[in-house]
Amino acid sequence: MRGTQIAALTAGHPAGLTDALNLVEGLDAALTRGLARVGDEDAAALAGLAGALATTPLANLVAEAVDKIIAGSGAHEYVAALAGARSAVFGAVHDALLGQVDVAFERSRAPWAPVPPAAPDEVSPAAPGEMSPALAGARAWLSEVAVTGWRGVNHELVAGAGSAVEAALAVPELRRLAVLLDGLAAELRACVPVARMPQLPQRRWADLWSRGVLLAQETAAGDTALSVAERVSGRLLPLAVDVHEHDTAVQFQVHALLEPAGGGPPRLVRTAVGAAKVDSIVGPALWRLLPAQSVLLAALAQRRGVLVSDVPIRGADVYWQDDRARLDEPVDPFAAARVLLPGALAAAPHPVDRHPAGIAEPVLIEGYAVSAQEGGLTVELDGHRLAVAVDRLPSCGPLTPELVAASTACLGLLRWDAGQWLLQPVAVQATVKRKIVAVHTGDWACGVTDAKAAKADAKAGDAVLVLRERAGRLLRR
Amino acid sequence: MADVDDAGWAGRSMARVVAPARPRKLAKVPFVELAEGRLQGVVSSGSDVGRVYVSSITANTHAYHCSTNNNRPCGGLGGAPCKHLQTLANEAVLQYGLERVARYLRVEPDASTNTGAELLHGLNARHEPSSAAVVFSRFLRYLSYLEVPGSTTPLPELHWFPSTRVAS
Ligand SMILES: [Zn+2]
Repeated sequence: MRGTQIAALTAGHPAGLTDALNLVEGLDAALTRGLARVGDEDAAALAGLAGALATTPLANLVAEAVDKIIAGSGAHEYVAALAGARSAVFGAVHDALLGQVDVAFERSRAPWAPVPPAAPDEVSPAAPGEMSPALAGARAWLSEVAVTGWRGVNHELVAGAGSAVEAALAVPELRRLAVLLDGLAAELRACVPVARMPQLPQRRWADLWSRGVLLAQETAAGDTALSVAERVSGRLLPLAVDVHEHDTAVQFQVHALLEPAGGGPPRLVRTAVGAAKVDSIVGPALWRLLPAQSVLLAALAQRRGVLVSDVPIRGADVYWQDDRARLDEPVDPFAAARVLLPGALAAAPHPVDRHPAGIAEPVLIEGYAVSAQEGGLTVELDGHRLAVAVDRLPSCGPLTPELVAASTACLGLLRWDAGQWLLQPVAVQATVKRKIVAVHTGDWACGVTDAKAAKADAKAGDAVLVLRERAGRLLRR
Repeated sequence: MADVDDAGWAGRSMARVVAPARPRKLAKVPFVELAEGRLQGVVSSGSDVGRVYVSSITANTHAYHCSTNNNRPCGGLGGAPCKHLQTLANEAVLQYGLERVARYLRVEPDASTNTGAELLHGLNARHEPSSAAVVFSRFLRYLSYLEVPGSTTPLPELHWFPSTRVAS
């Protein structure tokens, strides 16, 4: 990454961004107060949102929903139309921002290839008009939340999410919905009574709420079905691992370059493996939740390439299959990024996933200066500055803010939030005791390699083991 | 809830709302939570590996109870919270931090309060029997997460939940 590329990102917002965010903010404020009784201010905001979508395919749907909601209806179809409208606005924001990245980095990006709808006889076995109870439960809870408003959330409403989560968790195709609802419910639980909070994370909760509503529609999952995926073989060169976690879920998303076996330019891809967990499993113990992914973990810990054969891929997402992967030669992710990243072919996400929060574009930045400001870190290159997302350094790896501050090269993910581009470090080269060391988030994938941290990890004991032992005694009685 | 006073917090998709649990040893107290208006959890019996105690204290009334999972009352309940409740509160403070536990129980700890047991000591708590079944079934459900199979399908929504080492 060059200074001019930072400048291209930070010099100005894409056209219309502020207007789009204002529309969303109006809806978010309405969701905070609740849709049960829409006041004048919120009614104007909802009407503004409908007006902004008047030339889109959503126009009639949203206009009708807004009328009905203002008139006092909390029916799910109207509430869902609002979620759709909000997602459409953020979809446009996402596209503009990603376009900014692609222009700045001259990154080629393949569009999402939609799959033709399946023939009726191939579609799900559910009878027409019959909705899965898990989806129905999720919808009912999400509608109730919207009608009540964040400010009105109490213990009872939060507890109501429990059965919806449980039902969704039991259906493998609804894992995304289950994980989202569980994460949102845990935050609400921690904030009850919400009315007493001086300020609410209303953008965030509305993001999660609207994504949840979309995932709770019958059609949500079809287009990502594995049966329709392309298949690829080739060499994967892992660049970085991004770790996501809340109380009951963890995901390791590996960003990598894929050299297709048949030749052609490398593809910028990612592959994700995850596990369910409980809140007390944190830090390096997270890696121990993935015993079935030993090839991937070894590749991360040893910084090796992986040969994959005939694995499914949709857009940029390679569906990991450990039994179709073999460890290859060692790979220096910095060297791989330096040589191959500029010419790699990226891919657009699934339409539903088009939200700025999902933007995580791998970049390599070198020769910068780091400064500490307002409690955060900033990298500066040729006079252009980029804030560092220090709070995205994962708990299960060795990368610390101190190492980032001492670094001279960084593999990072470009992120965007609240009007600002951020650099999320996933690996750094830093000078420690006059030696250059490379530190990656995935270094501890097969166990903690730092003596001091290993001691702390051992002292905490094996949480996974203790809880499995308890589960063994109590669950099967 | 760091950054609450920051004007930009409400407008951030990635606003951090809950600090992740801090690591602690789980052998004594495999389960503790702040939920349903109670500090509640499960404490391993010191003498019988097959037995657990279910302990809870209600946030707004400070009514407490402790019993085995089969509803046999704990013998340690005299006029004050038993050692299981004290252990539970201690572990809650390790996991969530004193501030969050105190806020949930709606108490203002004084400067000399450091542990959960000290926090309990400062309450005007009273004993009131309650059913162990509710808490115990939540514990069983909690454990059942470990039985959920792993996934290799991307979960894009988890981008809203970055792992962090920064205590907020
Ligand atoms: Zn007791």
